[in-house]
Amino acid sequence: MKPPAFRYHAPASLAETLATLAEVGARGKVLAGGQSLVPLMNMRLAAPEHIVDINGVAGLDDVTVDAGGVRIGALVRHARLEADAEAAAAVPLLRQGLRLVAHPVIRNRGTTVGSIAHADPSAEMPAALALLGGSVEAAGAAGRRTVPAAEFFTGPMESCLRPDELAVSAHFPRPEPGTGSAFTEVARRHGDYALCGVAALVTLDADLRITAARAGYLSVSPTPAVLDLTDAVAGRTPDTADLAAAGRLAVGRLEPEDDIHATAEYRAHLAGVLTVRALRAAAEDALARATRDPRPAGSGSGR
Amino acid sequence: MTEQTHEIRLHVNGVPHTATVPARRLLSDCLRHDLGLTGTHVGCEHGVCGACTVRLDGLPVRSCLMFAVSAQGHEITTVEGMAAPDGTPHPVQRAFRECHGLQCGFCTPGFLAVVAAFLEENPDPTEEQAREAVGGNLCRCTGYQNIVRSVLRAAELAREHPGAEPPGAGAAAEGGRA
Repeated sequence: MKPPAFRYHAPASLAETLATLAEVGARGKVLAGGQSLVPLMNMRLAAPEHIVDINGVAGLDDVTVDAGGVRIGALVRHARLEADAEAAAAVPLLRQGLRLVAHPVIRNRGTTVGSIAHADPSAEMPAALALLGGSVEAAGAAGRRTVPAAEFFTGPMESCLRPDELAVSAHFPRPEPGTGSAFTEVARRHGDYALCGVAALVTLDADLRITAARAGYLSVSPTPAVLDLTDAVAGRTPDTADLAAAGRLAVGRLEPEDDIHATAEYRAHLAGVLTVRALRAAAEDALARATRDPRPAGSGSGR
Repeated sequence: MTEQTHEIRLHVNGVPHTATVPARRLLSDCLRHDLGLTGTHVGCEHGVCGACTVRLDGLPVRSCLMFAVSAQGHEITTVEGMAAPDGTPHPVQRAFRECHGLQCGFCTPGFLAVVAAFLEENPDPTEEQAREAVGGNLCRCTGYQNIVRSVLRAAELAREHPGAEPPGAGAAAEGGRA
């Protein structure tokens, strides 16, 4: 179908963007990549009176990698971030998750910050941000604020962003040294929304024993769920850890719901199976990193 | 309410165009209705089927998920711009013809855009990679077997005739990566 009529604004600067957003308020929507917003408009599920297209705004397309992690501007496309070797080295979960976002053609246009602001609980990048304990930088007429991921997502497709605010960037912190990561999911067809997805971070000490295990979930909760599963596996090596116990622990803490795509029971089953897979892959990733770059000698800087 | 219109300038297949469109005009509809370039096909209109895929600064994108007003300042390549100026089909077009990679042809322009861009990045793909590359495009006729064969054949053709690439696509791709 065709999208409903709207008034189009193409601000050239951040100041102009914020002034426009303040003026149009809740009647407006920000357009970045448009890969979620435009389908919603074409299907007449969304009918904003004003579209504020930020694609011409300078200074929003930077990927900055530093000791703290990776900061991504509002106009950075998924594909560009996925191809960024420095970002992938600093926070490997980024590339691991981006490869699962829809299809490459969608990633050419869609933006990572836009996906986070859209706050779809079935999307990969909100789950990655939540699991890593990242944050969103929001700018509005009243100034800037940094919102931790745990507070940013307030419901399905709902964030704490106010109508007059723009999510100018997202920050993904580096995982602590000794950490491996993985992202796995089950979808009916390649590139579809996942029926369930699990991202995992597993941290090993210098003796290669697990000190922390966390998992982030998509499609099983109204906002991205993050579970600390360390209790089930702490002190064990990756090959002796009872990952199935961690899977059971996760299932016990999640309450997925039925919808037309899957029953709650099936989703819970997937969450358990995928937790085991994601933890195993993350532990193997941590081991591989430890072998390549043993601590404490190599502090990780050369890579 | 009288709908506000915009005077826009689009650069399509190396040719500048102007059009007067409402802001909600999708790029796919603008190409077809305002510019008369009906080679771009419209299927699902919500980004799932891939029929409307065109190249924006070399990168394949869904033209049904972009407003025409937002496409200003970019180089757009449609299926009409794939052949060489003398009419020689693009290696991907030749491969689809040779391998029967199409039946009704409705989905084909989208496949061609995706495959041409894919082969510029991956000149020697495995069958698995070729299959994944077309995973975001739907075809209801072929069962995909001959499309995958076409991708692999196009890679062969491009290797046999390096430099036979039409100027539009390659140059735009370079710009897109910068």
